[in-house]
Amino acid sequence: MTKPRKTPLYDLHVERGGKMVDFAGWMMPVNYALGVAGEHKQCREKAALFDVSHMGQVALRGDNLAAKLETLCPSSFGKMPVGKSRYTFFTNPQGGIMDDLIVSATKVGFFLVVNASMREQDVAHLKILDIEVFEMDRSLIAIQGPAAEAIVSAIVPAAADLKFMETAVMDLMGSECRVSRLGYTGEDGYEISLPNERAIEITRKFLEHPDLELAGLGARDSLRLEAGLCLYGNDIDNDTSPVEANLTWAMQKARREGGGFPGAKRIQRELAEGPSRKLVGIRPDGRAPARRGVEVADQGGNVIGAITSGGFGPTYGGPVSMGYVSAKHSAEGTSVNLLIRGKSMPATIIKLPFVQQNYKR
Amino acid sequence: MTTYYSEEHEWLDVDGDTATLGITKHAAEALGEVVFVELKEAGDTFDKDDEIGVVESVKAASELYAPLAGEITEANTTLEDNPGAVNDDPEGNAWFYKIKIADSAELEALMDDTAYKAFIA
Repeated sequence: MTKPRKTPLYDLHVERGGKMVDFAGWMMPVNYALGVAGEHKQCREKAALFDVSHMGQVALRGDNLAAKLETLCPSSFGKMPVGKSRYTFFTNPQGGIMDDLIVSATKVGFFLVVNASMREQDVAHLKILDIEVFEMDRSLIAIQGPAAEAIVSAIVPAAADLKFMETAVMDLMGSECRVSRLGYTGEDGYEISLPNERAIEITRKFLEHPDLELAGLGARDSLRLEAGLCLYGNDIDNDTSPVEANLTWAMQKARREGGGFPGAKRIQRELAEGPSRKLVGIRPDGRAPARRGVEVADQGGNVIGAITSGGFGPTYGGPVSMGYVSAKHSAEGTSVNLLIRGKSMPATIIKLPFVQQNYKR
Repeated sequence: MTTYYSEEHEWLDVDGDTATLGITKHAAEALGEVVFVELKEAGDTFDKDDEIGVVESVKAASELYAPLAGEITEANTTLEDNPGAVNDDPEGNAWFYKIKIADSAELEALMDDTAYKAFIA
């Protein structure tokens, strides 16, 4: 095992009482003094700041970038104007998901943000294409929550003009920073790509705002789960298809119909015939959280699926889970049983998300 | 009444062959916000190291292991409705069980207050 890496904000996390753990090869805060539930509610009610510098920031340059990237991803990039961002994924030849990512169109090419654990794999994968691929050594912070616009625009006024899934390079305290109006909490907010040498100084400046608190990986996970957003490695992976995972919306019509991406055969078949299993929200009827790996059974006791992410939703106020169940048991309102520690606990299939997404469209 | 501590971060207030059992403040802090407690029932007997309950926080599920053998005489079922009490008062109102100790000799393997403080330091 190699020693975990530190982000440029590491010293600030320690100073602010962050409980540091090794996550995907990076020393990251699980939570600070406020605690997971407190940080979660802070984000839903005011705003929270997350260090997401462990994620990969990748720049693409070259000719016909959109067409080339479309050979790896089932989304459309050709008509995406400069300043727009799009959620997509790399598919494998079997129609599974290799990673999910955000692609933004910039004046000079594309800017990608990929999962921390997939950085090396994704960069190697992109290098199949006849384009320039380089990882940008920059910091990334996410400021998320209903107060995010007020907090960010107090320092970068132009940030208020962005809508959900829009991005621009802006002057932030004298440095060029990429400000994108997106995130992974279900709340309005921003991700800001910063030069490493100014990361602590700029983060401290944001944190002077009384409505903003640091939040760690724990809250990031419970927030995205309540918002029904997939975590790569849990809810989506090399075996799950985008159709099974309810990510059809991220595959634009021209691509769904035209194909030309890895795994198109399976994905188009599932689009036509329906997938055999589906990712659904699963709400335990009782108080016991149902975590990853818990089996889901039908009323007759037959196993029909498993939980892929689960825990407690602080804003929802109860246990929340998601997982795959066979398509015929996936209808909203279906009663199922969860096999938790040898006991059968009743639960209900619900339509995701558990907590309404609150984006600025 | 003497208080003993286990390496699994439980406390035991022992009075003769009966005891009250809970998890320590240190354990409650490490768990984070407790959102669910699953308890065994009065009358259940257990051996040392048997699983005698589950405590789930926003972060993870943790089993509670018996620090010695005995029988549950009372379970604090108020924790099922108010799991957050484990964070608020872990070494007081949020006790888990009243138990009858099977063999008091097993207490010798547990720590006293000073030893436990050194253990978690």
